[in-house]
Formats: sequence, structure tokens, C-alpha cells
Amino acid sequence: MNFYAIKAIYRYEMARMFRTAVQSIVAPVLSTSLYFVIFGSAIGSRITEIDGVSYGAFIVPGLIMLSVMTESISNSSFAIYFPKFTGTIFEVLSAPVSYGEVMLGYVGAAATKSVIIGTIILGTASFFVDLEIAHPLLMVTFLLLTCVSFCLFGFILGIWADGWEKLTIVPILVIMPLTFLGGTFYSISMLPPAWQTVSLFNPVVYLISGFRWSFYENADVSVTLSLAMTVGFLLVCLGVVRWIFKTGYKLRT
Amino acid sequence: MQPIISIKGLTKTYAGGFQALKDVDLAINKGEIFALLGPNGAGKTTLINIVCGIVNMSSGAVLVDGHDIVSEFRETRAKIGLVPQELPTETFETVWNTASFSRGLFGKGAGPQHVEKVLKSLSLWDKKDTISMALSGGMKRRVLIAKALAHEPEILFLDEPTAGVDVELRQDMWNVVKALREEGVTVILTTHYIEEAEQLADRVGVINHGEIILVEEKNKLMREMGKKELMLHLYDELAEIPAQFGNYDLELSEDRRELTYRYDTKGEHTGITDLINELRNAGIRFNDLQTSQSSLEDIFVDLVNKGQ
Repeated sequence: MNFYAIKAIYRYEMARMFRTAVQSIVAPVLSTSLYFVIFGSAIGSRITEIDGVSYGAFIVPGLIMLSVMTESISNSSFAIYFPKFTGTIFEVLSAPVSYGEVMLGYVGAAATKSVIIGTIILGTASFFVDLEIAHPLLMVTFLLLTCVSFCLFGFILGIWADGWEKLTIVPILVIMPLTFLGGTFYSISMLPPAWQTVSLFNPVVYLISGFRWSFYENADVSVTLSLAMTVGFLLVCLGVVRWIFKTGYKLRT
Repeated sequence: MQPIISIKGLTKTYAGGFQALKDVDLAINKGEIFALLGPNGAGKTTLINIVCGIVNMSSGAVLVDGHDIVSEFRETRAKIGLVPQELPTETFETVWNTASFSRGLFGKGAGPQHVEKVLKSLSLWDKKDTISMALSGGMKRRVLIAKALAHEPEILFLDEPTAGVDVELRQDMWNVVKALREEGVTVILTTHYIEEAEQLADRVGVINHGEIILVEEKNKLMREMGKKELMLHLYDELAEIPAQFGNYDLELSEDRRELTYRYDTKGEHTGITDLINELRNAGIRFNDLQTSQSSLEDIFVDLVNKGQ
């Protein structure tokens, strides 16, 4: 295994994050804080509790997931798209590295950034609400799985995209609606029965529900199913990335 | 001696149906400077990109130092450095960081002394903390060479290395290439500046329409395919070339004061002595003479035109 290459890519990507710290870290923390102010305070004054948890505390897991998912996609898609755009990808393609090593470098760095952001948001939330984490290990597991899965998804997106519009269209038109409709700000049990059924087709529901269960032990779907869905998504993304590197799709002509 | 790069039956057909390489056979010797010449679209960059792993071949086999480029890609790619034709650089990274990144990517641990040596040899040391975006085109070209040399490759591909650089920088780069050869690095360069190949190359390959037309030692090529001309400045105007000189390849200038004789350098007899004797016998006097030899560029143009 080419550890030096993994380290080089990882360090390069992490340096990029610290070089753009305001955009990478401060911006998502600020936007999440605004969510707390708007949803937590404004709506929280009308909805006091959901399943025995104060509304402000209830939305914390969903907000962390919202930020982690969008940042994971954004970071990893940009990380691989920008070298394609500038042409510097030739160096990675001509280097003695396997697809797994390239992925470990790029996705590892993007996932690290997402975990840092998730942790900062968790810390920020503790200033607004009283937090309890019933199952810390499971919470970390869900966080890591989500970060890695969505970084892989972003990586695929970055390879697929052949323009800036394509790079942004999926996060805006697909991921953002799925996240907002995935129970970030509400429990799907609050929806009419028909919409509850529709919501079960939204994969983000399972991620948020499982993550929330690790905090408050209440969930919209079973935690085992949530975990299975998250691992399933991870495996699908891994399979697609493997296929991309095997075939050279959009990378090698 | 086993060639350091051995290419057999290499073909490449792109998705659109364009056949960029047609059954190419080529062997590059260890430690030589090999110039691959060809007009635009001849297949030079495709050939390089396949050996480096950037483009997938359609069929054929490529060995680098005895290793297959597909099944043993780690061994082959670690030996190769590539300077591409374009100028893709990490826009926001410093020269030092980008060279160090390349070294790591190619499987080498931190080597600040080597990176320093490379940057100094390319006159980049005082720019080591400058970000690539702030560099001129010529400096970016140097950075790309530094990146390619950062992992101490045994083989260096230079795809149009001096395109768009000034004369001074070109001379610097030629010196770097010569120094690399002294260190035993095999250099394969493609270039539009035939003068570059003439100055640097040990052997020359000409590719056109995806086929290798010729591979030859440069000096031998110039000796065998080159033609020489003898120009005689006549003392008096000559109305026409007398019929008795029909056996000689002679041409009279428009002002009728210069006679040009073309002769083959590889022939046993150039015919110069006989011509001069016959001119004297015919009373045609001259007051000056000079000779010139066709350049590699003339030979290249001849070869490519024959292939059209």
C-alpha cells in the first residue's frame, strides 16, 4: 500500500480546509446557529416538546446531520472536481496509487472535516439547549458512517460532474429537499398517515432517525433498520467508486 | 540490452471511433534522450499518456523496465515522471508544497534535501513560498518539471516542454535535460521545436497518423537522409545550364549568378571534384562557394510530407 500517497492527498486536502477555514468551518457553524435561533426559538415557542424532548434539543441531531451531509458532499465533490477542472488530476492518474488509496486520501480528509464540523455544531448546540446523549458510541458510529457515506457520494458526484452547475444541482435539488423532508425539524409521526408512508422512501429519514435515537432513545423507525440502511448506502457508494476506478469512468479515456 | 520501455502492437481507438495509435512498436533504451516528433494530432500525447497510465490502451502491451503497465502499475508508474503539455498547477499551493505533494503521491517519504536540490536546479528556490497562481507561464513550466522530478524518476516524459517559453528558459531546460542524462535518467521528449531534438536527442522517432514512420539515431538520420548543397557564386551571368551538365542536380538562380548543386551525403562520390573540373573546362568561373546541410527539420518535413 502506498501510505505516502494517502498521507500526501490527506494532508493536501486538510491544508485546503485550514486555508479556507471561514468557508469550511465558520460558515456551517453560523448557519446552524441561525437554524437554532429561527426554528428552535420561534417554532420552539409553539411546539414545546416532541416525544418528551424539548423542541430545541429535538432538532439538534437533525441539524448536525443536515450540516454533515451537505458539507460532506460539498467537500469531497469539490476535492475531486477541482483537479479535474484545472487538469492537475493527471498527476493522481499517473501516480502509483490504487483506487482505494486515492479514495482513502480524498474521502478520509473530507470525512475528517465533516466530523470536525459535526463536533463543533454539537458544541455550539450545547450553548442553546441542554443535551443528553444516551448512546455516545452509537452516536459516533452514526456520525462516522454518515460522514464517510456522504463523502463517497460527493466523490462520485465530483467525478460525474462535467461542469459547476452539475456539481451544485444534486445537493440543491436532491439532497437538500430530502434532508428537510427527512425529519430534521419534526418527527414523521406528526405527518398525516399517507405522508408518513411516503417519508419511508426517503433514505435520509433513516439516518436522522437512527442518529436521534442515539441521543434520546426515540425514533421514527427502528434503530437497527436505520443502521442497516446507513451501512447499505455506504456499501453502494463504495461499489460505485470501485467501478469508477476500475473502468476509468470520466477519468481515463 | 533490455529496453527500459518496450511497446508492442499498441493501438488506441477513442470512444468516438478516432484511431489515435495504430499497431505501434517502439523500444526506448535506458539512459538515452529520445525525441518523438510528429505533427499535431499524430498520436504523441496519446502514446505518452498510455505509458503513464492516464489513457487506457485498446490493445497491445507496454513494459517499463520489464514490468507490465497494467498489472504492475505500481512498479512502472513509480519509475516515471511526466511533464504534461498544458500547465495544470495547484493554483493556491506554494511551489514547495506542490513539489513535496508530488513526491509523496509517487510513494516517496519526505525528502526536503532532494526537493531543495530540484528547485535550485530549476532556479525556483527563491519562489518556493510563492503560490502557483502568482507565477508566470515559464515559471509554471519549471514547477511542473520540479514536480515530475520530485520523486527521483528513472524515466522522464517531457511533452512539449518548451512550448511558449522564452529563449533563455529554453536553454536552461536543455541544460537540465542534459544534466539528467548525465545522472542516467531516460528522457523522452515530444517537441514542435525540431531544433530542440537536434540539440538534445540521441535518437529520433517520427510518428504520423498514429504510426511510427521511422526510428533512428539522430546523427545517422541526418547523415543518411540529409542532403547537402554546394552554392557557387558565378563570376559572370550564365544564360542557362549547359546540356553537358545534365547528369548533375543543378539549379540556376533567377539572377543567373548562383549555381546550386545538390548532392547526397551518403553516396561514395559526391561529384564535387568532377563538377568543378567540368565547370572550369566549360569556362564557367566562380568567385565564391559555400555549402549547407539540411536540418533535422527539413528531414522531418520531408518524412511527414511523404506520409501524407
